[in-house]
Amino acid sequence: MSAGPPLERQAAITGIGQSDVGRRLGRTDIDLTIDACLDAIADAGLTREDIDGLATYPGAGTGMAGFSGPGTPEVQDALRLKLNWHDGGAEGPAQMKAVIAACFAIAVGAARHVLVYRTVTESTAQGEGGRQGIGGSGDGGSGSVPRFSGFLQWTLPFGAVSAANWIALVGQRRVHEFGLTREQLAHVALNGRRNAALNPKAVYRQPMDLDDYLAARMISSPLCLFDCDAPCDGSTALVVSHVDYAADAPHPACHVNAVGTALRGRPSWDQFDDMTTMAARDASASMWERTDLVPSDVDIAQLYDGFSLLTLVWLEALGFCGRGESGAFVDGGSRIALDGQLPLNTAGGQLSAGRLHGFGLLHEACVQLRGDGGERQVPGRHEVAVVANGGGPIAGSLLLTRGSG
Amino acid sequence: MARDSRLGTTRTDHSLGRWIGSVPSIVASIVAMFANGPSIRLLPRLDDDNRFFWTGGKDGVLRFLKCGSCHQLVHPPVPVCPACLGRDLAPEAVSGRGRVHTYTVNHQQWIPGSEPYVIGLVEIVEQPDVRLTTNLVDCESEEGLIGSDVEVTFEQHDEVFLPLFRSVDSSKENNS
Ligand SMILES: [Zn+2]
Repeated sequence: MSAGPPLERQAAITGIGQSDVGRRLGRTDIDLTIDACLDAIADAGLTREDIDGLATYPGAGTGMAGFSGPGTPEVQDALRLKLNWHDGGAEGPAQMKAVIAACFAIAVGAARHVLVYRTVTESTAQGEGGRQGIGGSGDGGSGSVPRFSGFLQWTLPFGAVSAANWIALVGQRRVHEFGLTREQLAHVALNGRRNAALNPKAVYRQPMDLDDYLAARMISSPLCLFDCDAPCDGSTALVVSHVDYAADAPHPACHVNAVGTALRGRPSWDQFDDMTTMAARDASASMWERTDLVPSDVDIAQLYDGFSLLTLVWLEALGFCGRGESGAFVDGGSRIALDGQLPLNTAGGQLSAGRLHGFGLLHEACVQLRGDGGERQVPGRHEVAVVANGGGPIAGSLLLTRGSG
Repeated sequence: MARDSRLGTTRTDHSLGRWIGSVPSIVASIVAMFANGPSIRLLPRLDDDNRFFWTGGKDGVLRFLKCGSCHQLVHPPVPVCPACLGRDLAPEAVSGRGRVHTYTVNHQQWIPGSEPYVIGLVEIVEQPDVRLTTNLVDCESEEGLIGSDVEVTFEQHDEVFLPLFRSVDSSKENNS
């Protein structure tokens, strides 16, 4: 690390906002996005005239229907924002890329208040059809059926069509190498469901026990239905401001202490050097290299659970337990409960609260640091939170600290 | 469908449809617990970089790009050796032997009509950091799959020969 504090400490999250969240809301992505953005701007004590930066992940037109949300031009134009900096795109440190880019823009003086949002309408887009595989777009084949280039050519022919399959390969390796059991893995899902019961916006709130989990149909071994997150509709937004503004913001600011951005292994789902971890290892390592804080300083963890197995990967990558020990760490659920040693995914995570694609976890980290969690507020100390997003070759993390204010 | 064991090649009759692909599980020659793959094979788009790989099964041979300078295998194909930055790369046959690094049994109907099938991640014996996502075929049990020895067998769809892997029969090995 170079001399002086890392430049992301010039940034703080001063406002948060969220639209309605639910299954098949039947509203457009821009409609939900405007709700979340106006909510976040007001929460930061600002008006749209103050916003001079705009960022989203992954940008318009990426992925399957309902995945990307509106791009920055659409949101800029709808709100008639006058921008000094704007950014959208999918390549980078996972969903956190948009937030991290905003921090850097602020640090170099390109913007002062950046509105960052992430919107999904996957539930409405998928209708009653349920979870979809990654289709992608191919071309050039004979007849009317597409053919596939790039990474997908190496997996689709073998029916490995979904991230569920690619992550299941990691899971089965962990079963083999570390003795991970379904009974252990279950506790990521059960913890999420327990916390979701205390979150009025969560999409799945009815109680679930270990027997329910074990009886669920298999998707791709060792992952069952309850190891896969719940598509939903919703938009989350936040305002990332220059730290100079933090003291003037109406709510305690969430200071960015360090970002995790590294990808040192091969950027590949199946050629990565260690198939038990992947990019989470590198992003986590780079985050801790940028701070004097250590894992035992963390009060609250919001760790990506697009698939339950990814949460285990992050627990180890971030150093909350040793390599291969995450199954034992979550076993029984008490360590990761609201009153446990490391309260985890306190709003229910994506498994039960809904797949807001990383930004739901980020929003909840801010809610908890502010002490606004209500029934689900972590008791006692809530000064440091970690947010981690992504799976496979895609990973990014944020270490946040609570400001006085 | 007929299996030519000499070439390790499974051929598929395409007269029923251009892209429906094979239904190898239904006519597998031994009783297998799982299908040999999805009901429909989505296929790669061939280009000058990948054609040697996807058509190598025509000769019953699995090929990877190999660096002429440092002899590294390079996969997926790129026009530079990531080890020594050499630009002299050419397809080279490997033995077709591998080891199962990990696997998953897919149950979800991403591709309608599919019976549960085994997706494997296979390390190539010549260079274990080269891996292929593939199907483990004629698979009778999940027991002991990880770490087990496998060999390539090809399944043809038009000009594409998909490299699949099956368990190496150790008793047959000892007799040969
Ligand atoms: Zn070389």
